[in-house]
Amino acid sequence: MKDREEIAQALAASGYIADGELATAISLMQLLRRPLLLEGEAGVGKTEVAKALAAVHATELIRLQCYEGLDQSAALYEWNYQRQLLAIQAHRGGDADAIEDQIFSEKYLLERPLLAAIRRDTPPVLLIDEIDRADDEFEAFLLELLSDFQVSIPELGTISATTIPHVVLTSNGTRELSDALRRRCLYHYVDYPDVDREARIIMARISGAGASLSLQIARMVESIRKEELRKVPGVAETLDWAAALVGIGVRDLQEAPETIHDTLMCLLKTHEDRARFKPEVTARLLGKVA
Amino acid sequence: MSCCGTTPGYPEIDEVSRLVSTKLAGFLKTLRDAGFAVGLHEGRDAAALMAAGYVEKPSLLRSAFKHLFSARKTDWEKFDGLFDAFWLGKRVRSRSLTIGSTKAANSPSLKSLQDRNSEPVGSEAATDQLPSADDAPEQGGGEGRREGASRADNLAEIDFRKMADPGQIEQAHAAAAQLAKSLRTRLTRRDLTRRRGYRLDLRRTIHGNISHGGVPISLVRRQRKPKPLRLVVLLDASGSMSLYTGVFLRFIHGVLDEFREAEAFLFHTRLAYVSDAMKEKDAARALDRLSVMAQGAGGGTRIGESLQTFNRWHAARVLHSRCCVMIVSDGYETGDAALLGREMAALARRCRRIIWLNPMMAWQGYRPEAAGIKAALPHVDLYAPANTLQSLAALEPYLARL
Repeated sequence: MKDREEIAQALAASGYIADGELATAISLMQLLRRPLLLEGEAGVGKTEVAKALAAVHATELIRLQCYEGLDQSAALYEWNYQRQLLAIQAHRGGDADAIEDQIFSEKYLLERPLLAAIRRDTPPVLLIDEIDRADDEFEAFLLELLSDFQVSIPELGTISATTIPHVVLTSNGTRELSDALRRRCLYHYVDYPDVDREARIIMARISGAGASLSLQIARMVESIRKEELRKVPGVAETLDWAAALVGIGVRDLQEAPETIHDTLMCLLKTHEDRARFKPEVTARLLGKVA
Repeated sequence: MSCCGTTPGYPEIDEVSRLVSTKLAGFLKTLRDAGFAVGLHEGRDAAALMAAGYVEKPSLLRSAFKHLFSARKTDWEKFDGLFDAFWLGKRVRSRSLTIGSTKAANSPSLKSLQDRNSEPVGSEAATDQLPSADDAPEQGGGEGRREGASRADNLAEIDFRKMADPGQIEQAHAAAAQLAKSLRTRLTRRDLTRRRGYRLDLRRTIHGNISHGGVPISLVRRQRKPKPLRLVVLLDASGSMSLYTGVFLRFIHGVLDEFREAEAFLFHTRLAYVSDAMKEKDAARALDRLSVMAQGAGGGTRIGESLQTFNRWHAARVLHSRCCVMIVSDGYETGDAALLGREMAALARRCRRIIWLNPMMAWQGYRPEAAGIKAALPHVDLYAPANTLQSLAALEPYLARL
């Protein structure tokens, strides 16, 4: 088991600038063997946590993207029907029992993310992304899997986990999750980073962004977030914008107010927000950043 | 959780720090009183954490416990205050906690939750059938309660504000709850009968016909699963609506109880999220809790500002495309009518239908001439009276079509 400090260092080494409490959360995940539920606004880097976690443990990341109508055959396992049919045709006239045994063997089983995650040799990181998009039924099923870590396949029997994966669930809050699922998990709320952390994120991710420019960008984004917007820009948008500015060759935000205003499209993603941000508004915010 | 059996360091806890574990139990109780869902597993895990060396620094223990005990954002935000107040005895923190928690929508529950926790679970089912069991002594309408259903027909056409007799009001409440229930069941039944697939599910068809050697004899069809309708109710609890608020609160309680997806908000001069408070099984208690909140209003209504709050902070979470927003209000806006118009337009973009129920509409000589209702009406899909039980029931076919 890794220590908290080690985890914090490993996270930093993997390029994820974590807030202080995330390292605690990750060490608790190992200690208590509970999944970690991450909530937060869109674009604050919830998915990145799982990627960083995989890097920390130097293991594979298995991702299950949830969507409405996600069912067991897409999440857990499915039989490879085409191959089964071919096998039946090929062995036509043979012993029925033998054929049955053959076509319901591992060879014809298609692993989907959940099954794959419990059958690895080293425990992978299982990311169940946007669980709030899946149906209630799937949530209940997931709950069962997360407590037992075994899967029963009628034709094949029960498959127990060879390793317990590190499970990370993310939610955007489009639907209220069940209390049962919440109780099963550790909870971490991912907030928008503060200026200092956001600046460090920019520096870590965008090569060519100097310390002063990163700090300026972070301050600017923070003041934009305080404006009344329909869609508040997340960290991903900040990184886009920083990359754009670096690409254009901006070294200081004060130098080129027009360019700044024109590139705000990286941050403001609705027509209303864009219309509200007149050049004067940009200028006022830029004045505060200086 | 399989690992919990192997809690490390149990003996040590037993020996050294029985005191600590008593204190931990006290903390768990505090958390439960504050609305955290903390079970035995969490308690055991917390003990394991303390044994594993997380007690060394308060900040470390706080952070660890925070992850363990929180289940949602509101928990997350109030945890630090609770922790400091309990373990570190910080007065300032604890005071700011009380202030903070009175602001939370479900705050009146803190005390009552404590009382309720001591009751056996089974009693909830009982109160569900006799909704006013707790209330009966004060109301004095105990004997008439059970006949409510049969008499409801007589009441169906009487305007709510003309009911004066407490027993009658009680019956109207029960009928409203019953109505909410029947809305739900009829909607689901319709969904079930419509389940006939229009597309072929090729994978399942092949799978199902393996016994025929792969010749597709019996076909498997699929259909998009009908998503349950979500009902979001915004209830005006201002002074001008006070005669109707009680019945509608009861209706909303029924709706929240029966619909799988429903949310409720209360507004007067500001907006309050009341789903949590209303999910209390005992209707009378939930109503008591809310009437306290509603009384604070009395004065004007700022529908526009309340809707703005809704659109900004709640809409993303609460609304989706198969959503019906039901606004119950008389439309007497004391704030800016133009703002109301703008916010209604924004709301209309986000949901499927907006129903505006106006109890005044059935009054003789009433015309929607107030500036507020005039600004709002262009965005409303159904504008209906809702002053009698019958008019509430008339909504059902409309909702079923969504």
